[in-house]
Amino acid sequence: MYSNIMVPVDLAHLDKIDKALRAAADLARHYGATVHYVAVTAAAPSEVAHNPAEFAAKLDSFVAAQASGYGIDARAHPIKSHDPAVDLDETLRDAGDAIDADLIVMASHAPGFAEHVFQAHGGYVASHSDLSVFVVR
Amino acid sequence: MSSEIDTDYVIGQDNIQTNVGPFGLDFHNPVFLISGLSVIFLVLFCLIFNEAASSMFGALRPWLTTQFDFVFAIAMNIFVLFCLFLVVSPLGRVKIGGKHAKPEYSYLSWFAMLFAAGMGIGLVFYGVLEPLNHTLSPPLGVPGALDADGNLADAAVAAQAARVGMAATIFHWGLHPWAAYSVVALALAIFCYNKGLPLTVRSAFYPILGKHTWGWPGHIIDSLASLATLAGLATSLGYGASQAAAGMNYVFGIEATTTLKVIIIIAVTALALISVLRGLDGGVKLLSEANMLLALALFLFVLIAGATADIFSIFGTGLVTYVSELPALSNWIGREDTGYFHGWTTFYWAWWIAWSPFVGMFIARVSLGRTVREFVICVLVVPTLVCVLWMAAFGGTAISQMVNDSYMGVQQTIANWTPELSLFAMLEQLPMTTVTSLVGIVLVLVFFVTSSDSGSLVVDTICAGGKIDAPVSQRVFWCCFEGLIAIALLLGGGLASLQALAIATGFPFAIICVAMCYCIYRGLSTEEV
Repeated sequence: MYSNIMVPVDLAHLDKIDKALRAAADLARHYGATVHYVAVTAAAPSEVAHNPAEFAAKLDSFVAAQASGYGIDARAHPIKSHDPAVDLDETLRDAGDAIDADLIVMASHAPGFAEHVFQAHGGYVASHSDLSVFVVR
Repeated sequence: MSSEIDTDYVIGQDNIQTNVGPFGLDFHNPVFLISGLSVIFLVLFCLIFNEAASSMFGALRPWLTTQFDFVFAIAMNIFVLFCLFLVVSPLGRVKIGGKHAKPEYSYLSWFAMLFAAGMGIGLVFYGVLEPLNHTLSPPLGVPGALDADGNLADAAVAAQAARVGMAATIFHWGLHPWAAYSVVALALAIFCYNKGLPLTVRSAFYPILGKHTWGWPGHIIDSLASLATLAGLATSLGYGASQAAAGMNYVFGIEATTTLKVIIIIAVTALALISVLRGLDGGVKLLSEANMLLALALFLFVLIAGATADIFSIFGTGLVTYVSELPALSNWIGREDTGYFHGWTTFYWAWWIAWSPFVGMFIARVSLGRTVREFVICVLVVPTLVCVLWMAAFGGTAISQMVNDSYMGVQQTIANWTPELSLFAMLEQLPMTTVTSLVGIVLVLVFFVTSSDSGSLVVDTICAGGKIDAPVSQRVFWCCFEGLIAIALLLGGGLASLQALAIATGFPFAIICVAMCYCIYRGLSTEEV
């Protein structure tokens, strides 16, 4: 049913997305799908990496660990953004199109008042994408 | 990359991540608290002890700019010489972000954003006033265009006054301020994109401070930078509202009440909020480009409808006189034209340097992928030429109106010291006054929006320890905070006091920024080309 599953990952907070990672891997094994791990960074240094090249390398090793840990076919997609704090949602939506994903599995933080003002990324992608979106809370 | 600085410091390691109600926060401890609380303390001080603050800070700025005029003059000259050195030195081949980096923005967007942060507002307000002012009372002992009785001097004297007046204006808006911005921006860009340190002011001092960069010396530098930016922005916003209100009053006869000024501040802040929420590309970049087109339209209008021939002639003669008088104007020893040297030059120097952490950091953020040589030429030469063209068109028309048509409208705004009206007094003599004046007001207001937006971005990044993906709610907080300070000081008095303090921070930064030149040199020397 699904052949390309996109999973947005925040390399700085991997501890918070464990459930989504497991769900994506289980679905991938079930449908024999490829999992595309998408991570967004700015060109400036962040808490994850000093530069985009180092960021890509870290994502690669994370993806390799997912592939061998779950026995799935996995790809890494490091993406650069000018202003990730704001552009993340649109960047993810565009990434979904570029990858030709048919399912997005992503973690969302608990919804609250602030999300009416500042979109929760999971919620935005779910309502602005033609794809199936599985938001793991 | 081999040139990266090897440090154990992890961006965000000193940050506090918490939730206040529904809003996530991620800020640097202690820079966020020191900057926020000291601004609140200073605002309260200005509000409660209105007179004491006004006499204290009001005296501090002139004291610094007269007693330490040489510090500002030497520092600014060093910035210009250092930038020229970088252009010809092999170090100019180093690319920001490493040799494989690609520019993130086109030349046009990049240039538009250079003006959005720092200088746009000033160009609109002083573009008409300053060239005429220096034509009336030129520096370097040159006689003015009016004699003691207020009659026009003979043509040769008036022409010389106009040439020197134009050169004296270019001096304040040309190479020197843009060199100060270039130094700060280049230092931050190199230490962030090439050396892998956080995008914050302290990172530029790593060659001097070493691991102390992450301790108190760094905390103090960052706090001072965000304090100067916040105080500078909030007071500019407060004054800007008064100036825009005065403009509306002059053009449309709307009474410039306090309510109108508060409404202007709220409107600018609200627009800045929308821009903040739309991010760098959807907000400030878009507005900067739109405003650049609007400014271009007004410029072309003045060029065509104004004194076209005089504009071209003053552009040429002003530029030539600027180059030939540059050594005399840059000199700080034995100056007798202290009215110009202290009242204008050193004041501007303090002002530009106080703004340089803000403007520099914003320029650094958008300058990835440029070589050092390209960067310095583009940030130094292109904006200088744009400023000269602008001043020649707006100031040149005002000078021509006075010298050729004996129109004293703009001269009156100088005599009454209402700089906010100079532009409108000049436009009054051209066709379609209402439309062009409205364009002028919109131009100023949009420049305020882009300043407020980029300022919030910069203050937030500094207060988040160089993290550029901290929650957007923090930028919203700083944006509102600036608006609230502006309203509080407008209503309670104290705009002048806090602004004087903001400009006074130019003094420590003058010394700090000279040290930055050394750090840039050290940083570039270890880069691959």
